[in-house]
Amino acid sequence: MTGFLAIFRRLEGPQTVGRGPAFWGLFALVLAAALAYPLFSDGYTVGNTVYFFVWVFIALSLCLIWGYGGSLSFGQTAFFGIAGYGYGVLTINFGSAYGFTLLALVIAVAIAALFAVLLGYFMFFGRIAGVFLGIVTLAVTLMLERFMAQTAGPEWHIGSARLNGFNGMSAMPPLTIPWPGEPIVLFADIGLYYLVLGLLVFVYLALRILMNSSFGNVIVAIRENPERAEMLGYDIRKYQLITFVIGAALAGLSGVLYTVWGQYITPSSMGMTAAALPLIWVAVGGRSDLTSTVIGTLVVLAAFQALTIYGSQYALVFMGVLLVLTVLIAPNGLVLGVMNWLGRIAARFTQRAG
Amino acid sequence: MSLLELRQLNKHFGGLHVTNSVDLTLQAGEIHCLIGPNGAGKSTLFRLILGEHHPGSGDILFAGENITALKSFARIHRGLSVKFQVPGVFKGLSVRQNLEIALQSRHRGAELEAEIGRLLTFLGLQSEQAQIAGNLSHGQKQWLEIGMAVSLKPRLLLLDEPTAGMSPEETHMTGEMVQRLNADGMTVLAIEHDMAFVRQVAHRVTVLHLGQVFAQGSIDEIVADERVAAIYLGQAHA
Repeated sequence: MTGFLAIFRRLEGPQTVGRGPAFWGLFALVLAAALAYPLFSDGYTVGNTVYFFVWVFIALSLCLIWGYGGSLSFGQTAFFGIAGYGYGVLTINFGSAYGFTLLALVIAVAIAALFAVLLGYFMFFGRIAGVFLGIVTLAVTLMLERFMAQTAGPEWHIGSARLNGFNGMSAMPPLTIPWPGEPIVLFADIGLYYLVLGLLVFVYLALRILMNSSFGNVIVAIRENPERAEMLGYDIRKYQLITFVIGAALAGLSGVLYTVWGQYITPSSMGMTAAALPLIWVAVGGRSDLTSTVIGTLVVLAAFQALTIYGSQYALVFMGVLLVLTVLIAPNGLVLGVMNWLGRIAARFTQRAG
Repeated sequence: MSLLELRQLNKHFGGLHVTNSVDLTLQAGEIHCLIGPNGAGKSTLFRLILGEHHPGSGDILFAGENITALKSFARIHRGLSVKFQVPGVFKGLSVRQNLEIALQSRHRGAELEAEIGRLLTFLGLQSEQAQIAGNLSHGQKQWLEIGMAVSLKPRLLLLDEPTAGMSPEETHMTGEMVQRLNADGMTVLAIEHDMAFVRQVAHRVTVLHLGQVFAQGSIDEIVADERVAAIYLGQAHA
């Protein structure tokens, strides 16, 4: 029982911004609003919100590997694509009966994680670090994109699932929960919304606990000074590999949910633009903090979508400008900067009140 | 009883012979200082002992076990610990968290808190515990790293220029710190340029020159050795 409570105490700690009743009160308020929101909105808008939420997982994966771990992975989209295609192949072949789509989700994420074990083993045990890690991971995702883009011919299929080259795979079944009478199909509106929101809250809280645990301590220690961390007796390769695999699983989850959401997945989801965008969301939000990453990602995504509507060709240019401005003005992230500022004000206020 | 034994240790970087057939034996319980001019191979010798570099030939024995092929972290588990030349603290983290990371694999919960408190007192950093380590003064960073190295309760503590950049008072305090640790049974091997520190703590001194053991003995013997004065102490003690 005390062990159980100790885990929850890890929700707060030096690695995550936000603590105390004020923060958790606000958290509950936001969560309540998120839960109630579909009741006051239409299916299309809710579906669009799901689309935003889907990307948060890949952003969190980058926050974990890059922000906390200090290893810049430029290729999280590789895991995104592998899991997305994995879900497509599995469900097109085996259908959606008996809750198989849920199993397919888990298997697809596991495949992405397994691929990360392999790739990560060679990178971290081969002591590849810094910019080279970014180059290797970027090369992997671009290679996968190139490969999938040339699978247009009918000879490229896995079972009954055609890979379809540049056009990508489509018409895979949505997530379906078996239910007596009629199974519940989670289409890209309210049904999927609650599932994705639930996953998001779970992942966010689980990562908070992980990062404030002794494991998280070692991860940030490796970011700060890998040599020192090793000379305290930690096999840093193992810690880096585990972090990388968890991150890959999260990116994979993003990929599956994206595929489920739109019922399609294309090679361009692993391309250069797709690989670069999560870096921008995370950098702008604040890569070394989970909350900043979530807020930053959602805000930048919403802004990006609005921009795309009013001037599509300028939206990407604006993203670049935003990244440059962030690096110049608030290198640790805009959202994180604002949150730290609010934290200082709150502390001063409490001091005066005390 | 010898705790560390280096046998015919060689390391080349290309054509450069950085350590040349180094033989060095450390007795358990001694404070041993390693001196020598810049480029003598002192820091390389440390990296060989720690497993960051691998020798071209030769063996490293620790407590009778041949550790030449072991990875660094495994050597730490055997009872080695180090403070680097450039302070190797976790700059972006608080002083307290730095110590927590060092201590957490041996202690948990209330015991961990107590150990952190004890170490903060030992280092005289209680009032700085919430500070970001990168904001500490140079000397405080050095102490913090010594604290982290010591917290592993090593049998052999390697100190690479522990007093670099310290004032004479701070240097003296560091010397006392090292003597206290030694009194508790810790063997110490220190690279040091500060002769006042060496005089204060060293039981034995080894002079390294051009990658070779040049002389060995008590500090008085070393200072009296004219050959040593010629290569190293010349400027300071002429």
